[in-house]
Amino acid sequence: MVEDYAVNPTVLVASGDLSTLSEAELVAILVENRASRLPVYVRDYLYSGDAAVFTTLPMSDLLPGVALPEGTADLTIRELSVEQQTELLLGNMDQSQLIAIVEDQVVEPSILHTWSLAESIFERDKIEAEFQENYAAQGASLFFKSWINLDFLTAPMSSNPASAGARTAILGTLYVVIVTIIIAFPIGVGAAIYLEEYTSGAQNSRTAKINRLIETNIRNLAGVPSIIYGLLGLAIFVRALSSVTGGRTIISAALTMALLILPVIIINAQEAIRAVPSSLREASFGMGATRWQTIYKVVLPSALPGILTGTILGMSRAIGETAPLLIIGASTYILLDPTGLQSKFTVLPILIYNWTSRPQDEYRAAAAAGIIVLLILLLILNASAIILRQRARRRLTA
Amino acid sequence: MIAHERSSQKELAFMATSLGAGKEQPVVQSVGVATRGQQPQRSSLQKRPRPIDGIVRALLFFCGILSILTTIALVAVLLSESLAFFTSGLVTLPEFLFGTRWQPVAGDFGILPLLNATIVTSFWAMVVALPLGIGGAIYLSEYAKGSTRDRLKPILEILAGIPTVTYGFFALTFMTPVLRIILGENNVSIYNMLSAGLVMGIMILPTIASMSEDALRAVPNSLREASYGLGATKFETVSKVVVPAALSGLIASFIVGIARAVGETMIVALAAGAGPVAMLTANPMVSGETITGHIARISGGDLSYASIDYQSLFALGLALFVFTLGLNFISQWVTRRFREVYQ
Repeated sequence: MVEDYAVNPTVLVASGDLSTLSEAELVAILVENRASRLPVYVRDYLYSGDAAVFTTLPMSDLLPGVALPEGTADLTIRELSVEQQTELLLGNMDQSQLIAIVEDQVVEPSILHTWSLAESIFERDKIEAEFQENYAAQGASLFFKSWINLDFLTAPMSSNPASAGARTAILGTLYVVIVTIIIAFPIGVGAAIYLEEYTSGAQNSRTAKINRLIETNIRNLAGVPSIIYGLLGLAIFVRALSSVTGGRTIISAALTMALLILPVIIINAQEAIRAVPSSLREASFGMGATRWQTIYKVVLPSALPGILTGTILGMSRAIGETAPLLIIGASTYILLDPTGLQSKFTVLPILIYNWTSRPQDEYRAAAAAGIIVLLILLLILNASAIILRQRARRRLTA
Repeated sequence: MIAHERSSQKELAFMATSLGAGKEQPVVQSVGVATRGQQPQRSSLQKRPRPIDGIVRALLFFCGILSILTTIALVAVLLSESLAFFTSGLVTLPEFLFGTRWQPVAGDFGILPLLNATIVTSFWAMVVALPLGIGGAIYLSEYAKGSTRDRLKPILEILAGIPTVTYGFFALTFMTPVLRIILGENNVSIYNMLSAGLVMGIMILPTIASMSEDALRAVPNSLREASYGLGATKFETVSKVVVPAALSGLIASFIVGIARAVGETMIVALAAGAGPVAMLTANPMVSGETITGHIARISGGDLSYASIDYQSLFALGLALFVFTLGLNFISQWVTRRFREVYQ
């Protein structure tokens, strides 16, 4: 891989080492070279909410808990002067963040040519000869880059594919999946209990009818394409409930995903509950336990492995789904870790989609590394689901 | 009636005392009395009001009914936004259904080119998934040993769990170059429906294989044994007895497979191409944008909530919803209508 710079670092500082500069000097470089993009840095590095409302909110709502320059609390970001924006950046960012921006935006490393892994291993001489001939004169450098390393997991995104990482996407995925499960697990198991323990085989014709209606409905919901759930989430959670959810945020994504995986959790939990022998229930009733005591202390414990299997399957579905999150507007370029339910986010599949759809080969390579991370995550989850199920089966047959 | 019960109770109590069943006697008495609520004072075994049970039941009912609320919300959202789309004056229902150009910039909202791409990619997906899926199911259910089956089934399940964006990456970076080498670079464009369709077939394969296998395994062994008893070979038994007996299940799996192919988004969004499509072609080697691919591409950007583009998403979503729901209903109907029931 050959790298070149738009602005050579030695032009900015004599030694070529940016870390010798102070924070004020770094900001000065930014103002000199990229003054019009200062609000963008504020959005990418300081603001964690929905990007769609970034330019319309007053500063005090936009950046709660951030030290604002005097007299700017009621202004929107567009109304700030360059000096005020400079002060904002200087007051809230440390040296390493500023160096990252300067490297990314002013130095602007660009990749001139990439060779594949096989070429790098077997045709090294040829690559070096080609480099000397075509690129060395411009001051470019040649280096080997693999994305399978710890840096890929811990580095935030970057507009330069060579230094791009998946940190924010991995954290986003974990955030969304955990919130999804917290919402979907109790509701899914509750629905399964209602269907199996309260209404299944009911003599009362109305209860039986409700049972049949819900069951058919769940079967059909399971067959609805995931992209349609995305439309539902866009219209309800992102748009209609934007005052609660904050728009295109983690909580909107998690609610949408929860609706999507509910049928999976319900159907699996129903099967697990159905597999509990009715002799256990009858024994519990015979000892004077109420229906809820029987469910809570007898049925649920012995159905738990099966219920957990279904939950894990739902979880891996939530990790892998891309389309609904694409529709509700997961951001594609995020530098900040998610901070809470109302922060903007991205997830691994969206990152992979975004990188794959770019024309540069280097992004494809980064996407492949992202896929490996995603698959390892899923493999761990699915393997644990299969082990749980096998254990449950052994216990029930024993 | 009540008088009769009372008397029978007294009789019972009398019998108990007269029989001198010392320790059990009070229990019998209190149970009999308590359940009919005759004595004003409560005994320990009287049915107590249990508010928790009622609350729990109400909560669980809400959980159960939530899926119905989801469906209602889904239909309401799709219908109301579609209604706004058709009453905007820019497009009419016949134009939407039968228009042959989809170019929102020019005000053309004909679904046919998108539908065309959807059908072409789904067709090629089924060309891959149907023979391989049903063949695999027949092998697993009829030919494979128990241990082989136990090893292969989890692999199928893991294949089914791979995220579709991964398949999309595979289609774009592997299948497309291979197709371009085999069929010629000039014949196959970089984004093409064939590559997306074939990879989509691989994606659906586990669904079809596992549903078909369930159907084949449900055929009772007595049928196979009767066939062997008549001197049929293994292949004759499979092709003339087992497969016809499981046909309804196989057809249902086929239809569910189509529904999944029609609703699949990421593979076609990555590999089948994008951009304004205005052509109706059955040639899979050119690029084409499916309904799902179009929804994914348009909604990715900053979309204004009042725009006709935003509303058009929901009209397309409604079409997709009706289409897949219809397929699912047909599949359920086929299973019910043509199922061979064995004792």
